[in-house]
Amino acid sequence: MGTLKKITRRTFLIASTAIAGGVAFGTYQYQKPTPNPLLADGMGDADTVSLNPYLKINQDGVTVITPKAEMGQGVHSMFAMLVAEELDLDWQTIKTEHGPASNAYFNVALMRPMAGFHDYDQSERANSVRAYTEIASKFLGMQITGGSTSAPDGFVKLRSAGASARLTLTLAAAQQWGVAATTLQTENGHVINPENGDKLSYTELAVAAADIAAPARPPLRDPAQWRYLGQSMPRPDIPAKTIGAAQFASDIRLPDMLHATVRMSPRFGAGIQSADTQTAAAMPGIDKIIQLGNEGFAVIANNTWRALQAANAIQVEWEAASYPPDNAGIMQLYEDSFNTAPNGTFEQTGDVDLAFADVNSDEIIAAEYRVPYLAHATMEPMSAVAQVTENRIDLWTGAQSPTGTRDMVAAAAGMSKDQVHIHTTLLGGGFGRRAEADFALQAYQIARQTAGRPVKVSWSREEDMRHDFYRPAAIARLKGLMDNTKPRALDAQIASPSIMLSMSKRAPMPALGPDQLIAEGTAGQPDQIEHIRIRGYAPELAIPIGFWRSVGASFNGFVHESFMDEMAAHKDLDPIAMKLATLGDLSEVGTKVVQKVKEISGWNGRNQANGVGRGFAYTLSFGAHTAQVIDVSMTDRGVKIDKIYCAVDVGTALDPRNIVAQIESGIIYGLSAAISGDLTFKDGEVVQSNFHNNTALRIHQVPPIDVAILENNPSITGVGEPGTPPAIPALANAIFALTGKRLRELPLNRHIDFV
Amino acid sequence: MKLTVNGQAHEVDVEANMPLLWVLRDELGLTGTKYGCGIAQCGACTVHMNGMAVRSCQLPVAAAQGKITTIEGLSGSDDAATTANLHRVQQAWIEHQVPQCGYCQSGQLMAAASLLSSNPSPSDADIDAAMAGNLCRCGTYTRIRAAIHTAAKAGA
Ligand code: FES
Ligand code: FES
Repeated sequence: MGTLKKITRRTFLIASTAIAGGVAFGTYQYQKPTPNPLLADGMGDADTVSLNPYLKINQDGVTVITPKAEMGQGVHSMFAMLVAEELDLDWQTIKTEHGPASNAYFNVALMRPMAGFHDYDQSERANSVRAYTEIASKFLGMQITGGSTSAPDGFVKLRSAGASARLTLTLAAAQQWGVAATTLQTENGHVINPENGDKLSYTELAVAAADIAAPARPPLRDPAQWRYLGQSMPRPDIPAKTIGAAQFASDIRLPDMLHATVRMSPRFGAGIQSADTQTAAAMPGIDKIIQLGNEGFAVIANNTWRALQAANAIQVEWEAASYPPDNAGIMQLYEDSFNTAPNGTFEQTGDVDLAFADVNSDEIIAAEYRVPYLAHATMEPMSAVAQVTENRIDLWTGAQSPTGTRDMVAAAAGMSKDQVHIHTTLLGGGFGRRAEADFALQAYQIARQTAGRPVKVSWSREEDMRHDFYRPAAIARLKGLMDNTKPRALDAQIASPSIMLSMSKRAPMPALGPDQLIAEGTAGQPDQIEHIRIRGYAPELAIPIGFWRSVGASFNGFVHESFMDEMAAHKDLDPIAMKLATLGDLSEVGTKVVQKVKEISGWNGRNQANGVGRGFAYTLSFGAHTAQVIDVSMTDRGVKIDKIYCAVDVGTALDPRNIVAQIESGIIYGLSAAISGDLTFKDGEVVQSNFHNNTALRIHQVPPIDVAILENNPSITGVGEPGTPPAIPALANAIFALTGKRLRELPLNRHIDFV
Repeated sequence: MKLTVNGQAHEVDVEANMPLLWVLRDELGLTGTKYGCGIAQCGACTVHMNGMAVRSCQLPVAAAQGKITTIEGLSGSDDAATTANLHRVQQAWIEHQVPQCGYCQSGQLMAAASLLSSNPSPSDADIDAAMAGNLCRCGTYTRIRAAIHTAAKAGA
């Protein structure tokens, strides 16, 4: 059949392919449509093809442009399904391509959280305001993969692209045959006349169809008729990933290419004090060593290993850091921030102070939680290939934010945006790390000095772990008060630096006052509690922080749900019963998720007679209500996780097997952070440098995971992140059930051993 | 320096202590084998030497004097074009849709193939023991286990 090789070659040939006679189709016009990037560089005919850039048709058939970073979440497959569903493409021969960086691929769902409603509010009013935010998203024009937005972003847009193309192709066939379009059908890439069996392929019809005006909002198929959506489809990217043919940025090879690596200051914001590069420069295979600003060095060589060896051989003294050199000092700044004005108050109902003033102090439950900084530790260390010629920059890299990367490189080079060509490769993991442009900018700076020769910049694992935009550490102080069945008052203070402020210093992104990321996951929960106050405090440090899978919820899920478990235990309540009481009538979707996890786990309390402790947690993050139960037992080597249950509501399940994979992935990522993810400072430098001292979960630590998918939410949600937040407290709560020990600091292996 | 990779003899002009990983990737252009840690902690660089799984980031090329097999040569067929020609672990990987980002998967597949050649029907515990050196940050572990069982049955 030859399919495998074909898919592999076509999908992963990164260089842009000009298509002879290629035609791009479009739909989904706003009043002023964004130019179709597929029509640039003389591809197709700009005058006659209506907009929208999700399809290319040539002699080889249809290619679906899937302009999201494929970092393992299966988004290329999902986007192709959305188009194929409406366009009647043959899945066996489906082709996907990331496509160029373009504002035309702006993320319409990006601003939805800014609508000013709680995520659990699915009223018509809330959803119509959310729909309006799409205009702001278009204005921003940001092509971003993140925030679990791909499903809501693509759900209507991609189906519209498919439906609109199908209409124009059908009209083109009708014209050619002289029959009414309504009598025709489409099937597997062809228009068919059922009357006489006439058949024309989309390829044959493409040029004529391009002359037909495409409807902006074509009717979409009734979900009851869906053929692909709702099914577990084999992902087109998987065959190449089993034969070593998948191309990550690290794997790009270009004629005459050099290999480089970097050695950057291990103290953030601190430069070079003195350095000797002589020995390093004289090592075999070294082309040259250049300085990157005052922040470090790049070693350019003819082989990556030689570059890595020479980078280690550079003798350098670094300046001192502006922040305290060790963990104790850093965390002191967090503690001090509680004495400053809050960065924001993110929930306020009732009168918390009055509620606490009214009771005996022994009724007040108080606790402090702590979490460390964390690295993303994507499996592929940061990498990019750059080539700089007089009028043009080409960058091959795994970019979660290709337009942002393009704009920052263009600004650095003093070139126009259309002189910078981003070729987005597959990502060896993203988790938010590859939303940053630092490594791409660096590759540009290096390639500027290689006289037009392309250069591949590969970071060592050590550079990667010690130069991240970390998940910030946090301290949370909570006070609570119980009624008989649920909390009556909750007062939370969370200290964690503002990610938006850190971002605004390196990217064209404003820091807009209060940063709700500090509190998301403690705030925004469907808590029907009479008195609530949630305040955030933002210590400022020069340690770079960024978006780490599930962002603020990655620690607030732990904080909120551990504390809920403490409150339940205080009154000897079952945590699931208390959760259902706390949800009240705020969210039926949430209630059903909790009931579902109770059902699939056969929950009958946290303590089991057979030496099993069970922990429950529920977090609403990125719009997805997610509840988990984790079972643990004690062995002579420490705590063992025996089983994990998860119920999640995604609104509409596009590809169930892939949703399960994403949820499992999120859970495992969360549990790595819960158990062993750690990052500490000494001498102003990150101590952890590789997987020996910053470990992640391995196969023997991961038990069977049962995932139940629900579809009660009227809005479709993403699934990349929601699995992560509740996994951490579910584990800590299970350990409490098993041992009676309440662990309030991560990673848990500082306090208890694990298998 | 001489070496044999996927049945082909090569002559490379490199230092004797250059790890096999970088000879494969940068000198021979076999980029299916990945760099993840460089210190034998992640398994992304796993290849076979005489059928045994080894960490190519720790193996100086001078010591790589057996028959080296990389992911590109695992199927043993020049024509990886058809699924039918793939190694049974690769087929099982596709059946179970194991990979996510895919970056660790060459190493996982090489480790799994080596496990099955020494233990044709491994238990869950055998799989866990043999695969514990292969990190996957995407968390594909439950499907890896299932796929190894499927591949074991296919080989029986
Ligand atoms: S790169 Fe060899 S074990 Fe990680
Ligand atoms: S599939 Fe991404 S690291 Fe394993």
